[in-house]
Amino acid sequence: MSETSTTIAKRVARHIEDGEIVNLGIGIPTLVADHLPDGVDVVLQTENGMLGVGPTPAPDDVDPNLVNAGKLPVSELAGASYFASSASFGMIRGGHVDVAILGALQLDGRGRIANWSIPGKPILGVGGAMDLLVGARKVIVATTHLAKDGSAKIVAEASFPLTADRPVDLIVTERATFAVGDQGLTLIDLADGTTVEWVTENTGAPFAVAPELSTEAAA
Amino acid sequence: MLSTMVQLLSPAEALAKVKPGDTVMVGGFGLVGAPLTLIAALLEADGARDLTVISNNLGEPGRGLGKLLPARRVSKAVGSYFTSNREVVEAHLRGELEVELLPQGTLAEAIRAGGAGIGGFYVRTGAGTLLAEGREQREIDGELYLFQRPLRADVALIRAAKADRQGNLVYARTARNFNPDMATAATTVIAEVDEIVEVGELDPNAVVTPHLFVDVLVRRAGAQP
Repeated sequence: MSETSTTIAKRVARHIEDGEIVNLGIGIPTLVADHLPDGVDVVLQTENGMLGVGPTPAPDDVDPNLVNAGKLPVSELAGASYFASSASFGMIRGGHVDVAILGALQLDGRGRIANWSIPGKPILGVGGAMDLLVGARKVIVATTHLAKDGSAKIVAEASFPLTADRPVDLIVTERATFAVGDQGLTLIDLADGTTVEWVTENTGAPFAVAPELSTEAAA
Repeated sequence: MLSTMVQLLSPAEALAKVKPGDTVMVGGFGLVGAPLTLIAALLEADGARDLTVISNNLGEPGRGLGKLLPARRVSKAVGSYFTSNREVVEAHLRGELEVELLPQGTLAEAIRAGGAGIGGFYVRTGAGTLLAEGREQREIDGELYLFQRPLRADVALIRAAKADRQGNLVYARTARNFNPDMATAATTVIAEVDEIVEVGELDPNAVVTPHLFVDVLVRRAGAQP
């Protein structure tokens, strides 16, 4: 993963609280577990049927029957459990998972996410993102601020189909962090070296600026 | 010998139960927990044509269920995530493969409902999105829900770690995934296992799928007899 991905993962990790049950999406979100602050212990749930996911094992300890939702090898912590897919998504939809960390293709001005379909292309994958969006108590988006073509990922109106009607709670990029409320987006944090002007130029939706705007080191 | 002993068949004998036009559930999350011996035998089975396959993914190109696509055995795929197999995308664009996409939790719950005698359910997942277009939605306690029908199959091909001769099943770690749900939702359930032990050797507390759901056991290719 790139330096930007690591920066985003570290910035997300600051918003995770001790004791939370956390589901990590594929890609950048997977890195968050490696960057939790000291004193913050969480329990990881993976939708393919496990609670108590441990770190990547040494090559000799890889068990082909033990993977996360990204199909990557993981390990089993003390207190872990396994369950069928229906039970796993029952946990997710039923509100028993505290935090879901997801990637995004686009976000709209209300903080709603689009991450499963691109207009003009056949829709062939949805996975578990829709379930996590309706069920997780808190949803954090971990994403680059700009798309690969340099355009803003946060836009007033999404041109991609939305993944759920429910807005997310927090949007974290390598440059900025937005809290999502009833009134839309509020900029609450800037990465070191980023200005409000940069964020304004590179964000397609209006946002408020928190009076207590913080600046955190980028790494 | 107990009359409830399950049939123990070779992969070819077991897959002879599949008929053209059948709906087949296949367990696994990607290749993990997928019955790879049964899938290989399915490719050789005469009846395995014009199939509707219900599975989270359709394998990977040339691996697992991915083998069925170039052989033109599948006419429709029902699942949650096909993006990782480019051949699925290409077959769909060529008009050779119909695809029905369900959120992963809705897929699992529809299979569970199919096996539990439930005629469908309302779920918030997907409500108000593009996936809900043309489908029944209703408001329950102020929130929008989407109706989902149950899923059943003619044959389920599942994978477990260990079975006893009655067909009680024990799973290995995250290889469990969709397998226990699919074991309940098909007319004929064929389980591929690594090991078969005598009745009484499995700890009843560890049994996840009770034997009444299982019709046929097949040893995984390469497993000890």
